[in-house]
Amino acid sequence: MSQSYYDPKDLKKFGDIAEFEPELAEKFFSYYGSVFAEGELTAREKALIALAVAHAVQCPYCIDAYTETSLEKGANEAQMMEAVHVACAIRGGASLVHGVQMMNKAKKIGM
Amino acid sequence: MKVSSLKSRSHKLMDPAEQISILNTYSPVMCTLPRFGQLLEQSGLFPLKPSGIDIFQMNLGYMCNMTCRHCHVDAGPDRKEMMSRENLEHCIHAIDQIDAKTVDLTGGAPEMHPDFRWFVSQISKSGREIIVRSNLTILVTNPKYRSFPDFFKEHKLNVTCSLPFYNKFTTDKQRGVGTYDRSVEALKVLNEKGFGIEGTGLKLNLVYNPAGAFLPADQKALEADFKNNLRRKHGIEFNELFTITNLPISRYLEYLLESENLDTYMQKLVEAYNPSAAANVMCRNTLSISWDGKLYDCDFNQMLEIPVDAADSAHIRDFNPELLMKRSVRINQHCFGCTAGAGSSCGGATT
Repeated sequence: MSQSYYDPKDLKKFGDIAEFEPELAEKFFSYYGSVFAEGELTAREKALIALAVAHAVQCPYCIDAYTETSLEKGANEAQMMEAVHVACAIRGGASLVHGVQMMNKAKKIGM
Repeated sequence: MKVSSLKSRSHKLMDPAEQISILNTYSPVMCTLPRFGQLLEQSGLFPLKPSGIDIFQMNLGYMCNMTCRHCHVDAGPDRKEMMSRENLEHCIHAIDQIDAKTVDLTGGAPEMHPDFRWFVSQISKSGREIIVRSNLTILVTNPKYRSFPDFFKEHKLNVTCSLPFYNKFTTDKQRGVGTYDRSVEALKVLNEKGFGIEGTGLKLNLVYNPAGAFLPADQKALEADFKNNLRRKHGIEFNELFTITNLPISRYLEYLLESENLDTYMQKLVEAYNPSAAANVMCRNTLSISWDGKLYDCDFNQMLEIPVDAADSAHIRDFNPELLMKRSVRINQHCFGCTAGAGSSCGGATT
């Protein structure tokens, strides 16, 4: 067993989750494939969204995978960093907007 | 990062045998990857046979004003190899003999060849496409070369230019500081002359290479991105974008080794092997002629010094199209670069 929770080699083994439960895995990967197919959003737009979400959920596998996919879908480094800032802004904003709740409560119980 | 040619550094990778050895045996991964011939066999394409000589591609020499990090030619200002007048004359004869429809001029910077204008004037005729593979910067670097766009126009050359991205960051990282701004300047000049402008019939195409160890994006999607961005940022127009996969040889191989990307890049190429792309590889309809007159299946085999498998027609002075048509294309592990994903050739994706 590896002495680390995350091993880059494990990314390639993602499909192996079917070993313990094939039916749901098949459904998931089929759905996953459909999600990333070119639709109203381009494959590049979807890759950049995935990259931003990967940073929000802080998944190192997803960050590796979607950095490479973003480049291979024709995104550039600045676009990718802007996507990460979008994730950051939403995460930060999500904390900060709760400040309104705090203010509401503070004003209610304060004088 | 300042780049210089492998040759100027007497780097071991300047030896083609060393490069081929690395591609076959460098690491456990390289030793165990399937061989290119095995996959061709599975696709029913082995041995790989030519379909014609549709593209007569001449490498006029390895001298270049630039020293790009990914260059498969190991070109640079220090490279002195240039096609002799004698070999140019042999080429003219060969082009006449087969009435070549497409003559593709590459280098180095082909414009730096002192006989470039003379040669083009000799082979230029109605119905023949002559491609000049320009690095763009040469057209605005030195006053001596600023009249080339007019010359290109006079002979209606198809100007095919390298531009790895529509921004400075990526372009300069691959091709050197200042490249993007000078490329934009050159593209504007070419547009002014009518290249890339609808209705003029003057073709201006761009070539994209990934700036790193990854595969190119979908050609049509990337072309649309390039068009939108170059138009929006600079008012630049062009005809087509060709996506080319970097082949793991020469300075790009050096980059893969230094960045420890060789194993994963080769695995990626092999995993992305596409039988349709294999059926359409450019070596089947191209002949590559080196500065010293030797014949190769493609420019990459030229750099690896893997000559055509036709001993009696291995030099342009002995050019014999019938013999060449009977040859089998010489392959090795670098060939996976042309068959990955949507395929890759000097004319872009092949599927």
